[in-house]
Amino acid sequence: MSVTDSSLSRPGLLGRTTVNAVVAISVLYTLLPVLWLVLAASKGRDSLFGSDLLSLGDFSFLQNLGDLFAMDGGLYGRWYVNSLLYAVAGAAIGSLVSVACGYAFDKYRFRHKEKLFGLVLAAVMVPQTVLALPLYLMASGAGLVNTFWAVFVPVLFNPFGVYLGRVFSQGYVPDEVLEAARIDGAGELTTYVRVALRMLGPGLVTVFLFQLTAIWNNFFLPMVMLSDQDLYPVSLGLYQWNSSASVSPEYYPVVIMGSLLAVLPLILAFTLLQRFWRSGLTAGAVK
Amino acid sequence: MTTTTPPRVPAGAPGTTAPAPANPRARRAARRRRLTACGVLMTPFFALLVTVFLIPVGTAVRLSFYSDDQPGLGFGPERTVFVGLRSYAAVLTDPTFLGGLGTVALYCLVYIPLLVLGALALALLLDSGAVRLRAFAQLGLFLPHAVPGIIAALIWLYLYTPGISPVIELFAKADLTIDFLGIHTVIPSIVNIALWSNLGYNTVVFYAALQAVPREVIEASVVDGAGPVRTALQVKTPLVRASIVMVAIFTLIWALQLFTEPMLLSQSSPMISSRFSPSMYIYDAAFTRNNYSLAAAASVVLLVCTIALSYGVTRFTSRAGNAEEAR
Repeated sequence: MSVTDSSLSRPGLLGRTTVNAVVAISVLYTLLPVLWLVLAASKGRDSLFGSDLLSLGDFSFLQNLGDLFAMDGGLYGRWYVNSLLYAVAGAAIGSLVSVACGYAFDKYRFRHKEKLFGLVLAAVMVPQTVLALPLYLMASGAGLVNTFWAVFVPVLFNPFGVYLGRVFSQGYVPDEVLEAARIDGAGELTTYVRVALRMLGPGLVTVFLFQLTAIWNNFFLPMVMLSDQDLYPVSLGLYQWNSSASVSPEYYPVVIMGSLLAVLPLILAFTLLQRFWRSGLTAGAVK
Repeated sequence: MTTTTPPRVPAGAPGTTAPAPANPRARRAARRRRLTACGVLMTPFFALLVTVFLIPVGTAVRLSFYSDDQPGLGFGPERTVFVGLRSYAAVLTDPTFLGGLGTVALYCLVYIPLLVLGALALALLLDSGAVRLRAFAQLGLFLPHAVPGIIAALIWLYLYTPGISPVIELFAKADLTIDFLGIHTVIPSIVNIALWSNLGYNTVVFYAALQAVPREVIEASVVDGAGPVRTALQVKTPLVRASIVMVAIFTLIWALQLFTEPMLLSQSSPMISSRFSPSMYIYDAAFTRNNYSLAAAASVVLLVCTIALSYGVTRFTSRAGNAEEAR
């Protein structure tokens, strides 16, 4: 029998049943709460509390959707647009900035390079809560508190993206290509934009997705910086609505529907870009 | 290596390396062009690093040594005075802060091993070749990663709330009453939210690392007579050590910042005070009590803990790794 047959290492029938059962239970654990969210979003307020989730008697999905966008003068729509703006624009600019820096770390030599890179890695470790108060004081000194920029500028900073950029640049952009471009007389920056950036594409998408997720999830910074509801991202808005729900239960169905809609963009992004990010997942663990 | 001067070669001498221009002046110009390009590519990031990282960290450290002292009787302008380590003493003797540190320590001790071992076990099972519908299983496990932290907390808050939750209803049918937000259950409940959010993502990370393990290594262990369990634990697991360390460190850094989940649950549970975790303490000190020096001192303490623990994990795992390689 050929030893390349990978079925040799497979467990027997009993083992296989156990393995499948464990995985199936884990998948149920991760899927059921999301399924609950979908079902709960289609319930009216009364049947939500009746918790008879599977009966289709009270199907108010569309009504909840309408209520969501009508609540408090259409605030949710604003929050959604804000979140998209913070996340998509922030991740696009942030990933370009980080990957460019990581590429430069990989391809150029200068004094104290590794020390500087160490500083970048150290920045990965610093908790966001440590930076929030000083950032708030700086923004308040500059008159930027409670503006778009107070949230947008800090989220551009992505030191882990620089690390990934360097790893990807090592892997995807051979030095010979740069030498060839130099011999052809191409400028350094032209080479980066025309040649290297294209090769870095999958890496750039990975960094973009990481940052998109982080910004879409961002909650602490907007909470510190923003008091104007019109500038809120979805996360902070839903947090506030949920705190109102204990007093005015009409908020419950809209919070649930709002949560469901807030999950969609990341699912969409991960599905559309899955070809790219899968290759990037392990890049962080290079020895 | 960048400081060594290139060997002097007479202009136009034969035998110089092809890509570098033979003329030293031209070579210097090329080098200058490269450094300029490097500067241009790095400047945007380092501008951000200075403004949203270095200056804020410096500010936090400075704030922690100063305090706004009210002059006697509350007359006259407020002055900022140097108070040395007074704020640190105040933080480190504050039972609410120490309680928060204890809470996070307990949370980390429960959460991190559960997450790392759970994700690794699932990844090894997926990699064993015995799982049906592997792509579907991965997708299902990964789905919570697309759910923002605050929304994961919201979903679970509802699943913890009597009257809404089908889970509590199920328990009630079995004559069990369970209070997910009681004094002993609140930390496990928060662990569950974090675990739910991150289990699948890290499973996929480990699975991707396992896929990169050379098949020959596994075949060799099979030929040597190792069963599937031994192959998984003694052959595959050591080979993905780098991924395990990375996941552990990132999880630790995030876990120490515990904020979103307890902040949301505190809307519904009296068991979660406004200073439940160090991050909530910092938020409360800075934005509810407006005591900036206290908040800054607490931030620096949290920062030092984070750096010390991450460094400890790195050292510990690299030593363990070296010991393993030495065998």
